[in-house]
Amino acid sequence: MSKPVLVFGYGNLSRGDDALGPLLLEFIEAKFDLTSIEILTDFQLQIEHALDMENRSLVLFVDASVSCREAFDFARLQPAMDKSYTTHAMSPSALMQVYRQINKQSPPPCFLLSIKAENMELGEGLSPQALIHLNQACQFVGGMMHNLSLDFWIRQADEMRQIGCERLYACS
Amino acid sequence: MYEHLETAETPENLKRVVVDPVSRVEGHGKVTLLLDADNKVKQARLHIVEFRGFERFIQGRPYWELPVLVQRLCGICPVSHHLAAAKAIDQLVGVDPENLPSSADKLRRLLHFGQVLQSHALHFFHLSSPDLLFGFESDISKRNIIAVLNEYPDIGVQGVKLRKYGQEVIRMVSGKRVHGTGAIAGGMNKSLTKAERDYLLQDIDQMIAWADASVALIKKVHCSNLPYYDDFATIRSNYLGLTRSDGALELYHGGIRAKNDKGETIIDHVDYCQYNRYIHEEVRSWTYMKFPYLLSLGQENGWYRVGPLARVNNCDYINTPMAETARLEFKAHSAEAMVHSTLAFHWARLIEALHCAESIKTLLNDPEIMGHDLVAQGEKRYEGIGVIEAPRGTLFHHYQVDENDIVTKANLIVSTTSNNMAMNESVRQVAAEYLSGQELTEPLLNNLEVAIRAYDPCLSCATHAVGKMPLQLELVSAEGKVIDKLIKHSDGIIERHV
Repeated sequence: MSKPVLVFGYGNLSRGDDALGPLLLEFIEAKFDLTSIEILTDFQLQIEHALDMENRSLVLFVDASVSCREAFDFARLQPAMDKSYTTHAMSPSALMQVYRQINKQSPPPCFLLSIKAENMELGEGLSPQALIHLNQACQFVGGMMHNLSLDFWIRQADEMRQIGCERLYACS
Repeated sequence: MYEHLETAETPENLKRVVVDPVSRVEGHGKVTLLLDADNKVKQARLHIVEFRGFERFIQGRPYWELPVLVQRLCGICPVSHHLAAAKAIDQLVGVDPENLPSSADKLRRLLHFGQVLQSHALHFFHLSSPDLLFGFESDISKRNIIAVLNEYPDIGVQGVKLRKYGQEVIRMVSGKRVHGTGAIAGGMNKSLTKAERDYLLQDIDQMIAWADASVALIKKVHCSNLPYYDDFATIRSNYLGLTRSDGALELYHGGIRAKNDKGETIIDHVDYCQYNRYIHEEVRSWTYMKFPYLLSLGQENGWYRVGPLARVNNCDYINTPMAETARLEFKAHSAEAMVHSTLAFHWARLIEALHCAESIKTLLNDPEIMGHDLVAQGEKRYEGIGVIEAPRGTLFHHYQVDENDIVTKANLIVSTTSNNMAMNESVRQVAAEYLSGQELTEPLLNNLEVAIRAYDPCLSCATHAVGKMPLQLELVSAEGKVIDKLIKHSDGIIERHV
């Protein structure tokens, strides 16, 4: 029986800031009741992960991002045709589209928490700046884990768009 | 054939075309093409910029950490690194392959078949089928898995589920979806329960049927335009890989066999612990990647290809019936002793996927996978070598440890390294054929990428990040002026900057 909320953090623990996604999962595992939350991790998103989204009411993807403007970003996702040549890794939106194609129905509501990354060299640890970003993202995600409702997550994403992560982080 | 294109006599007078990075292969690659005044390709190089630091990552660690640690070298084939490391550290604890408990040997093979099946399924259904089903110069918006799911829904779903099944085999054998600890020094740390075995047996016949259908599909696609498929990016090469002692296709353990382009044996049944007597690695100034070659043939002629094409070419037979039938048809389609078509990598890959599915069924019906004699012990040694046929080709792990069991020296030859020269050759062949003039076009870029993708190279091994995969082409004159530039962003939008 699937738990209603899936938190999927992806990245490589041994490649510097690429570890941000899995490290945020460790925070959730340590701090929150997982009765209704399933934690999954992998190096990167692949087509079969669409099947992990089945029977969920909420899905949160967590990833490191070099293009993040602030310490972290939080946004609601929509299924999207991935027009790019992908690499072996898929985007969460493309994964949602795969879900729609194989299940002939809309995927559950999905969100992406991006945490700003700086360095991804093999064998490197987390950069000091990424550690600060991680701590801020953990504090932010804590509020969401206490309130597992679609309306609340949508409001959080809307506020992120309007006031940015610094002020949202300060309010959390 | 195209060696003259690698290093031009007067590169300072050439224009440069830079393709950076190559898309739909793992990680970052860059193709540099230098043009002469007549806009003809004079120099071609495939740069792989992320391929460094593997040995440094391993050195200084206790050997027993390695089967877990090395999985982080590659997000695409972590199980292959896991098993190669396990085979190497078996030797460090004094356990040779023939002394591994039978249950442990079979569980490792099951794990490996699961890995190869899911990797090959991903490559065909996700990365290659868009090209193969829609054509190499079709609308860019069609060349992705989502378009395949739209127009070939059954094939798309089969790809997803084959991939998932392989992942489930890995999860059951190693205990986790990722970072599993299935193989340990001298054996395995768990066997399958009856419930786990029965769970995997439920779907295996369906997986075999889908894998068989995928072989029929690729054969049909390939044979529908034989001149194109047999000629595109095709090079005549040597081939290297493991085979079983009786010459059968072997993915987990065997001796090294190499054949030349005529199918004549160069070396055979070589103990892979002696690999460095037969294989050397050349360093070139312009790339981090080394260029392995067979010592007996020298640097110029000793390079070889590894991976599905090499394995299916090299073996005498395949020990599962459906894959063997497919192999015979594959070999029969060519008039030569060896199939040299670079695009035939796809066909060979799916024959192997079928072999993996058949082999998984055989192993699931073997009660020894539920056995409890899982670990052997021996006398400590200071050097261990593990070699395995990873999805992309032969993978070497070679370690030395000190008296405190700390790794003091490590050498890895990954399959993409072995195919390095071959990929350069294919790039040169395509560039010489298709690239001319001062305008960069998307179909032209795609031809280069199709050639590289056929090898399924793994370029950066698990680095990924949102926003990190733009694609850039530049045409630069000998004076350093950018005369044409294409940028393909990660969302697929292409911009031209002149």
